[in-house]
Amino acid sequence: MDILQINQTSDYKKAGPLQAHFNPYSYNGGTVLAIAGENFSVIASDTRLSEGFSIHTRENPKTYKLTDTTVLGACGFHGDVLTLTKVLDARLKIYEQDHHKQMTTGAVAAMLSTMLYHRRFFPYYVYNIVAGLDDEGKGCVYSFDPVGSYEREAYRAGGSASAMLQPLLDNQIGFKNQQGVTRIPLSREKAVNLVKDVFISAAERDIYTGDSILINVITKDGVTDERFPLRRD
Amino acid sequence: MATAPLFRTEFWRNGPQPGSIYNFPGGKTKPDLNPMKRTMNPTVTGTSVLGLKFKDGVVISADKLGSYGSLARYRDLTRVMKINDTTILGSSGDYADFQFLTNLIQERVIEEECLNDGFGYTPLRLFSWLTRVLYNRRSNFNPLWNTYIVGGLQDGEPFLGYVDKIGTAYQAPTVASGYGAYIAQPLLREAFENNPNMSLEEAAKTIDRCMKILFYRDARSLNKYDLAIVTKDGVEIKSSIVSETNWEISDFVKGYE
Amino acid sequence: MSSIGTGYDLSASQFSPDGRVFQVEYAQKAVENSGTAIGIRGKDGVVFGVEKLVTSKLYEVGANKRIFNIDRHIGMAVAGLLADARQIVENARDEASNHRLNYNSPIPLKHLTERVSLLVHAYTLYSFVRPFGVSCILGSYEADGPQMYMIDPSGVSYGYNGCAIGKAKQAAKTEIEKLKMKDMTCAELVKEVAKIIYIVHDEVKDKNFELELSWVGDMTGGRHELVPPNVFAEAEKHAKEALEESDDSDDDEL
Repeated sequence: MDILQINQTSDYKKAGPLQAHFNPYSYNGGTVLAIAGENFSVIASDTRLSEGFSIHTRENPKTYKLTDTTVLGACGFHGDVLTLTKVLDARLKIYEQDHHKQMTTGAVAAMLSTMLYHRRFFPYYVYNIVAGLDDEGKGCVYSFDPVGSYEREAYRAGGSASAMLQPLLDNQIGFKNQQGVTRIPLSREKAVNLVKDVFISAAERDIYTGDSILINVITKDGVTDERFPLRRD
Repeated sequence: MATAPLFRTEFWRNGPQPGSIYNFPGGKTKPDLNPMKRTMNPTVTGTSVLGLKFKDGVVISADKLGSYGSLARYRDLTRVMKINDTTILGSSGDYADFQFLTNLIQERVIEEECLNDGFGYTPLRLFSWLTRVLYNRRSNFNPLWNTYIVGGLQDGEPFLGYVDKIGTAYQAPTVASGYGAYIAQPLLREAFENNPNMSLEEAAKTIDRCMKILFYRDARSLNKYDLAIVTKDGVEIKSSIVSETNWEISDFVKGYE
Repeated sequence: MSSIGTGYDLSASQFSPDGRVFQVEYAQKAVENSGTAIGIRGKDGVVFGVEKLVTSKLYEVGANKRIFNIDRHIGMAVAGLLADARQIVENARDEASNHRLNYNSPIPLKHLTERVSLLVHAYTLYSFVRPFGVSCILGSYEADGPQMYMIDPSGVSYGYNGCAIGKAKQAAKTEIEKLKMKDMTCAELVKEVAKIIYIVHDEVKDKNFELELSWVGDMTGGRHELVPPNVFAEAEKHAKEALEESDDSDDDEL
C-alpha cells in the first residue's frame, strides 16, 4: 500500500521520522461492458464500489447517460470518475448551447479522448467505454485507455474483470476459435442475456465485481434501464 | 608509516567554496534543491466516524480522542459539527485540517445567511462542494487529510455521504471511515438491512454498540463519543456519551501476559 | 455649501482655499437625495427603519433592499447610491468574516466601524477615485448592550442613540429627539420607527415607498434580522393610524 521511505545516512540507519508517501490515486474496481448491435447498443456495469478488501457501497452503477443516444461507462479511481463525468456534462451542455443540438456519439468519443490526453502527465485513472448510435443509427462502441487512445469496436469489456470478459466476448460475439459456425447477427435479447451470463461468471472470480448490474440498452427511442442481481460476497 | 598530520589548506572553514554564494548564517553553501514539500502526513488524528440513516433522519458519531501517533494526546475533541438545521458533518483524520475546513464552512454559512435570500447549504450541496475541495487539494498534492461524513435531510429525505482525502465520494445508507469500515460497517449494514426504518432510539442503540466494539478493538479510540442527530425538528448533538465497558473476560485471554 | 467649487471641485485630492473638499460635500449631497433611513438604540437592542422610494410601479416588490446583514450580530441601513453601498457592505462583511477567522469571535461593532470608516475615508484622499455617495448606520447587540454607529461619506463616524440619514434627516431627527429611547424596548421602538418613516415621507414629491424594518437585540437572541411579518404589520398599522390622526387634527386647525 503506502510506500514507506526511511531517511537514512549513507552507511547506517538512523531512527528518523518516517515519511508516508501521499498517493493521489486509489483503485475502486468495477467492470463495464459494451456491445454494438445493428440498430442498438448495450452497455452494462456492475454496481459495486470497493477499496482494498472493503465494499464502500453496493449501489453505485458506473454507467453515465451523457446524451439521448450516448452512455459512458467509466471505472477505475472513483474520484477521477466523478470529476471526469462532471467536466464532461459541463462540456456537453456548452456544446448544446453553442450548436443547438446534442453531440453525436462519435463527437463525444473524440472530445473524451482530447480531455483524457490533456491530463497525459497526471492522468485520469479511468477506464472509459462509450456506447451509443452512430450517424446512421447503427450501434457503436468506443473504448479508451486512461490517457486518451481510442478506437471504435464491436464489443469491449473494461475495468477490473475485463481480462475475464473480453475472451468470452471474442468467442461468443466475435466467433473467435470456433469452426463451422453461421455468423448470425446479434439480437438485442441475446446481447442482454450474454451480458448477464458474463457478469455472473466475472462475479464468481473477481472480488471487485458483484452486487448487481445495470444494463442500458440504447436505441433510437432512448435509453432503457435494467437491473440484475449478482452475488454480494 | 606514521600518519601524516592533517593540514588544512583552506583559509577559513565552513565558508563557501570559491565561486559559490555564502548562505547566512553559514553552514550550508549549496542551495536547497530538494522538491517543495507540503504536509504529507497527519499529526493529531481522530479515528473512525460512523453514519447511519434511520426512519426520520440521520445520525453521525465520532469519539472524542485526538491521537498524536500512538499517544492519546487529547481526550475531549469534538469531531462532529452542526452546519445548519438540516445538515451535519463528521470528520476523521487530521484534526487541524478539520478545524481549517470548519472555519471555512462557518465563514461561508454566515455569508449565505447574510444574503437572506432563502438559499443555504443543504446536505447535498455541502457534500458536492466538499468533494470538489478535497479532489482539488489532492490534485495539487496538498491534501486535506480527512474523511468526511455528511448527513442531513435533503428535501425531507435522509441523506448520508462519504468523501475522502483524494475525492472518492459516494452516498449510502450506512457509512464508516477508518477502522470503522472494517469493524462497524458490517454491523451497521446488518442492522440496516434487517430494519431499514429504524427509530431514533434503535439507530442510537446500533451506533452505541458499534462505538463500544470499536473501543474494544481499535487501539486509537475512546469510549466517549459525540452523537449528532438530524431530524425534521432540527439538529441535536448529544455530547460525551460514555459507553460502559466490561473487561471481565480479558482475564481469559492467554498468551499476552 | 451653496457656493460652487470654482475649479476646486474636480478632485477629491485637492482642498479649496477655504479648506473644504468639494467632492466630499457633493457625495453628502448625493446621500440627501436618497430616501430616509433611521436607527434608534433602545435599552435591549437597535431598530432600523428605511423609507425605500419606489420610482416605478413596474419594479418587483421587495427588490433592492437597503437594510443589510453584515454578520450574524450586525445590521446596516444605508442611504445614498445603492451600488456604492453594496461595495461598503461587501467590505464590512469581509472585515467581519476575517475577524471571526482570526480571533474566533464576533467582531465588536466599534472595531468594524473603525475599519469601514478607514475605507470610506481612503476614497476621499485620491484624485483617481470618487468618494462613496453613501451614509450608513451600523447596529449590533453585544455583551455590553446595543451599539449603533453612523459613517458618512467623509469617513467620519460617531456613536448614536438615535440617528437619521437621507432626504428627511432633519425632520426625522426632530421626531427621534422626542423619544426616551434609553428606556424603551425594541418592541416599542419598532412602532415609533415605522411611524417616523411614515411621518417624514413626502407623499407629494415621492409617491410610492416601501417600509423596511429590522432589528437586533434581546428579542432576536443577538441576531440582526428583518422584523417578523406580524410585528411589521402591527408597526405599519400603528404608523398609518398615527398619521391619519395627525391629518385629522391638522384639518381641525385649519
